[in-house]
Amino acid sequence: MVTDNKPPLISINVDGVEHQVVAGTNLVDALAKIGKEVPHYCYHPKLTIAGNCRMCLVELGSPMRDRATNEVILENGKPKIGWQPKPAIACATNVSPGLHVKLDSPEVKACREGVTEMLLLNHPLDCPICDQAGECKLQEFSAEYGKGYSRYVDEKNAKPKKTRLGPRVTLDDERCILCSRCVRFCNDIAKDPVLGFVNRGSFNTLTCFPGKELNNNYSLNTVDICPVGALTSTDFRFKMRVWFLKKTPSICTESSVGVNTTIWSREGKIYRITPRQNDAVNDTWMADSGRELYKQVEDAHRITSASVKGTKTSVDIAFNTASEIIKSGHLAIVGSGHLTVEEQYLLSDLAKKHSAKTYVPAHTGKGDGMLISEDHTPNFRGALVTGLTQNAAVDLKALSSDIESGKVKSLLICREDVTTLGLSAQLLSKVRVIVIATHKNATTDTAEVVLPGLTVFERSGSFINCQFRLQSFVQAIPGPAGTLPDSSYLARFAGLNVNSLWKELAQHVPALAGLAHGKIPEDGVVIDSSKWSSLTFPEGRLLKFAPAGVTA
Amino acid sequence: MAIKIVERRPLSFLEKTYLPQIIAGLKVTWDNLVKPPVTLQYPEERPVIPNGYRGVPTLVRDPQGREKCVSCQLCEFVCPPKAIRITPGEILETADNNHVEKAPKEFDIDMLRCIYCGLCQEVCPEEAIWLQGQYSMTGMTREEMVNNKDKLYELGGTLPDSHYKWDKKKAEAERQQNEQH
Amino acid sequence: MIEQILNDLILSPAWYYTAARGLTVIVILMSIAAYSVLLERKASAWIQGRVGPNRTNHPLIAWIPFFGNVLMRGGFIQPAADGLKFLFKEDALPGHVRKTFYVLAPCLALAPVLISLVMLPFGELPNGKIITLCPGADIGVLFMFAISSLGVYGIALAGWAANSKYPFLGAIRGSAQLISYELAMGLSVLTVFLATATPDQNNALSLVSMVKAQTGAWNILYHPVAALIFLICIFAEANRHPFDMPESETDLVGGFHTEYGAFKFGLFFVAEYSHMIIGSSLFILMFLGGWHVLPWLPNVGTGIFATLIGLGSFFFKLAAFLFFFVWVRWTVPRFRYDQVMRIGWRVLLPIAVVNLLVYFIWYALQG
Repeated sequence: MVTDNKPPLISINVDGVEHQVVAGTNLVDALAKIGKEVPHYCYHPKLTIAGNCRMCLVELGSPMRDRATNEVILENGKPKIGWQPKPAIACATNVSPGLHVKLDSPEVKACREGVTEMLLLNHPLDCPICDQAGECKLQEFSAEYGKGYSRYVDEKNAKPKKTRLGPRVTLDDERCILCSRCVRFCNDIAKDPVLGFVNRGSFNTLTCFPGKELNNNYSLNTVDICPVGALTSTDFRFKMRVWFLKKTPSICTESSVGVNTTIWSREGKIYRITPRQNDAVNDTWMADSGRELYKQVEDAHRITSASVKGTKTSVDIAFNTASEIIKSGHLAIVGSGHLTVEEQYLLSDLAKKHSAKTYVPAHTGKGDGMLISEDHTPNFRGALVTGLTQNAAVDLKALSSDIESGKVKSLLICREDVTTLGLSAQLLSKVRVIVIATHKNATTDTAEVVLPGLTVFERSGSFINCQFRLQSFVQAIPGPAGTLPDSSYLARFAGLNVNSLWKELAQHVPALAGLAHGKIPEDGVVIDSSKWSSLTFPEGRLLKFAPAGVTA
Repeated sequence: MAIKIVERRPLSFLEKTYLPQIIAGLKVTWDNLVKPPVTLQYPEERPVIPNGYRGVPTLVRDPQGREKCVSCQLCEFVCPPKAIRITPGEILETADNNHVEKAPKEFDIDMLRCIYCGLCQEVCPEEAIWLQGQYSMTGMTREEMVNNKDKLYELGGTLPDSHYKWDKKKAEAERQQNEQH
Repeated sequence: MIEQILNDLILSPAWYYTAARGLTVIVILMSIAAYSVLLERKASAWIQGRVGPNRTNHPLIAWIPFFGNVLMRGGFIQPAADGLKFLFKEDALPGHVRKTFYVLAPCLALAPVLISLVMLPFGELPNGKIITLCPGADIGVLFMFAISSLGVYGIALAGWAANSKYPFLGAIRGSAQLISYELAMGLSVLTVFLATATPDQNNALSLVSMVKAQTGAWNILYHPVAALIFLICIFAEANRHPFDMPESETDLVGGFHTEYGAFKFGLFFVAEYSHMIIGSSLFILMFLGGWHVLPWLPNVGTGIFATLIGLGSFFFKLAAFLFFFVWVRWTVPRFRYDQVMRIGWRVLLPIAVVNLLVYFIWYALQG
């Protein structure tokens, strides 16, 4: 094994210029890394190689060696290059020392033009009604590498335009270029082989196997990787053109995996969520269920304004009432794994100042061994790191007996429906309750003060996932008019300044020393978790995570 | 380049008095005075609108009454003052033009924003949006100045279609289907 | 004594007679001013290839067949509408002005023009009497020059009272311009008087005698240079293009009346046009034979008929002159201020002096 973390570099020659690339990598990836684009459709870095689109044809050559001596043959003092007689596909080539590549030769150009013309023979060219337009590889490469015209004079093939492959995926067969990315994804990644090609020649068609449908929880990844508009998301179909959408990096809150996502929004409305590549967390995949979380923003039960004793008031009045309740003492705090690290720190600070007991209920459930873990909160580790809780599993029995005995007279609940966690509404009515919540539930119904919370799309912050990887996300859309982020309520309760919050965090939380929200790298940073190595967590094996004691 | 100084021609005595020039000027203005006016008496007389005039943008139907717009939103994208606002929608399975699949659910052009540049017409891949002869848009409220989809089709009317692209496509698909069976 | 004054001034029929005459002339002057605005707008429109005001109408007039339409197309109701608009508009008083002078200024601009009007003869009755407000006065020209020049105080005061830079600049320009051109104007008139007045003559400075001296050739034929200087000077005095320095919209917004609106602005407006009328009348009386029909043809017809023809001739000349004002406006671009000063002091004044000397020597040699 190489002890040095840096992978060995080798030199390859691209269009006559020497470049240093990582040994053994795929040629398409290696060239992409040095800024050279090789057009390709079927190749995907996270999938097996099929080599069927032929778009990435390049000319390859390597230094010639003497058969007898195995010495490099020199010509004018330079190694003599033996060029392969025919172009080869870059995606099936790994870089080797001294490899020579021609990306710009007339032959390569002719290859690309030919492939493009071939692919467009039966393409319906219905870009105006195609959802892929704007992020379509076929569109881009046809413009960049195509001829610009077609010699085909016959009628194009007509194929089914609106096939339902599954509950969330719609197929337009005319647009399909038969790259088989979706087939390979289902076979290799989702382990749910339901897709395949039937018929021959120009009747070749993508379809589900008889009696099956594409209904696994990762089906929408096929839409993401489809290089053309053949597979489209039924949810996003005809909703908005992609060029209008603003992309904001975010983190999925579905589980403690912390899938990296991109929020696609326009004018304060989210249209879709797609995965964002992070090879340490989720590669380029994401579960379908996580993609629907944006619907909570405009949910009918959304709390959009503050209320005191059931009547709507301004946030200021509600906040003042809440401050009074907190000052009245005998406080207990119910935090949440849905809060950000910043909010959890503010809560624990508030708890210290009012010597209040804190509870962070765990939400566990079934995981799928891929990208949905058993812990269904995105930031339970954050509660540990910020000191909001000490244990991996907490129940509210102690709290309920405290309320019964009158030890606790006021209760601050953040983003938890405690009525589902063992505190009855009747018990809650004995104490003065402040709730910060995004959606109406039984707890908000009984609370004295309700402060409207913001969803993950409407605020900035950071989460710590099951790998103790700190990942940040930023606000994608504005919250409902008049609302404030949770951190600003909590900061005012605790008497801290939101703007200097990370200074405090870095100072008081040893694991976060030297960090700040803006300084967290795009793929997150793993923090020191040795302090909590004794705890047992519910997570089992995941795509990129193995619990302690299980070898990855 | 070398600077060349051109000497002014010295003025003659008469020219120095300016009087002949003023008299010549008076003649020019008099000649204009006796010419017939060039203005139109607007509400009664209407200008002849030349072909290709860029008036109010409208949506048109083809001669068979099918709405041409497929809500690709290119006009919305290209519109410099962001006057166009489209909500795309899907055509119902039961509709006649179901084979087009996509049509605008809502289509608003804010005529208070529109600058009549014609880029929407130029960019339209379906030849569905046209700046036609209508040059006078008035309204008493801001809302009135926003043309919705119905108003746009009412203003646009029908324009001849030289392609019938979608109909040809549908016919071809049906022909191939029959051949296969 | 009070009774005496009452008897003499108020109750005596002569007083009513005078008042009625004054009112008549004011009304006539005002309506001429109003319609010269129309003339200005129409002529401007024609010169620019437009139609001019042709929409204003009143239901009562629109009801008249054909004629009502002609009145509307000709814009003849427009002045009434404009006047009413000036009257009924909100008369805003800006907060930063010196209020007393601000209100006083437009009155001061209009009053001298109306006063100088009393000296203006319009025609001759069959019995030899002159149609004028103040028949006996024999210092007509002097009086006119003296009083009508006072109008500049209105402009100066307006610029001062408005308490804002553009009106102030306009007012300064107006005063300077008036002084500069008054001299050349007076000198040019002197040459005419050299010709028409003899030392032993009564009424030597009367405009009537000036007209009467032109039964043969008109003065413009004998004194072309004086006429030209006088013409340029009345353009300058009336602040008309190309000498509208006090207003000069392009560089001074609205000049002296920038801060004025509604009725007070209307007064300035009327004053300007009245200035044009007074200036034109003076020119007609002194150089174009007054109410005489043609050179060497003072009268056409006899009795009251001749009087009417004379009056018509005078007003025709006046209208033509007013049109000339407009015509020049759209022909000659506005001078720069330093050019105005140079023309006044370094061109017109020397020429006027030389012109006066030449005629002086000529008449001296003639004896």
